[in-house]
Amino acid sequence: MRSPFGSSILDAACRLPVPLVMLFAVYVIIHGHDSPGGGFQGGAILAATVMLIRMVRGEDDVWGLDRTRAALLACCGVGLYAGIGLLTILCNGNYLDYGVLPLPLKPEKVRFMGTLGIEIGVAMGVTGVLVLIFDALTEGETQEGDDGK
Amino acid sequence: MTPFRTRQNLIWLVILVAAGILFYAGSQLPPVGDPRSPAATHVSPYYIEHSHHETGAPNFVTAVLADYRGYDTLGETTVIFTAGLACLLILGVELGRSRPGEEP
Amino acid sequence: MGSELVGTLNYWLAAVLLLIGLQGMLMRRNLVKKLMAMNVMQVAVIMFFISLAMKTSGTAPIELPGVTDVDAYINPLPHALMLTAIVVGVSTTGVALALLIRIYRYYGTLEEPELLERMQE
Repeated sequence: MRSPFGSSILDAACRLPVPLVMLFAVYVIIHGHDSPGGGFQGGAILAATVMLIRMVRGEDDVWGLDRTRAALLACCGVGLYAGIGLLTILCNGNYLDYGVLPLPLKPEKVRFMGTLGIEIGVAMGVTGVLVLIFDALTEGETQEGDDGK
Repeated sequence: MTPFRTRQNLIWLVILVAAGILFYAGSQLPPVGDPRSPAATHVSPYYIEHSHHETGAPNFVTAVLADYRGYDTLGETTVIFTAGLACLLILGVELGRSRPGEEP
Repeated sequence: MGSELVGTLNYWLAAVLLLIGLQGMLMRRNLVKKLMAMNVMQVAVIMFFISLAMKTSGTAPIELPGVTDVDAYINPLPHALMLTAIVVGVSTTGVALALLIRIYRYYGTLEEPELLERMQE
């Protein structure tokens, strides 16, 4: 995890599944209403692709999600969820009552859009937190290992 | 006997008592798959019948998790966020630098 | 008695798994093995709840167009509750692993008797 694996076979082999798995993760998040899935499952799959790249290519290839941005992604996910709740209070409803949002659709489609919004928030939060935990646990000492006390 | 052997016998005794309680309670449960069990006849028929035309989602589990019980899902997202925060604080990780090899 | 045992077999197996996890947590002396036994106990509880949600005449809880009978779908409520339980399990394991890394860096060992000796020095 600290240094790259050093094998060009792994490097070439992981280029094929990663875009397909990311697309599948976005599909699982957005189709949570019609098939099994939802925010937590899609967020975990998305975090798994980032971890695969991190394991094969070493710690320096952060792929756009270094520690600061992962923490920011997690905060934005939770903030989106709570923010939709506050938005429904501003529109004269209860907290997280999606029926009062001012969208020009049928009543149950308005609830559908509200649920989709919070599922995206949950997926962002779960991805950010899982990548952060993985980074924190594999930071560690130098490659020669600890001597203990 | 050494202290470890007495501790081992005590642990087996505790596990036997726990096994007795679990198996006694397990024999009183309804059989698996009974459509008239108490778990399937109080609130969940309402969710199965009304969730499509109240929430617009054919998936009952997502409708329960994100619409009928959406506040619990907010609490749970906070739980996993707090766990990530606790992990960072315990291990003393700094967020101020963007690449791990550079100086802050 | 025999048919009652076969009817509730899932609950008995979940209880056995819980006891295996409990035994591992109490008997083993390495801290990492205790953490893995705690994960086994969590999986046992999740299996118990999922087998509570089963109906013999039911299918997956996604509405098929035209089928509105309550007995045609399994109970969706325990599945939603167990999603929360899985996420809580992941969080607990992550924080416990971070604590174990700190303990190892400071004391140099993860075996319980040696750890207690080094703490008393």
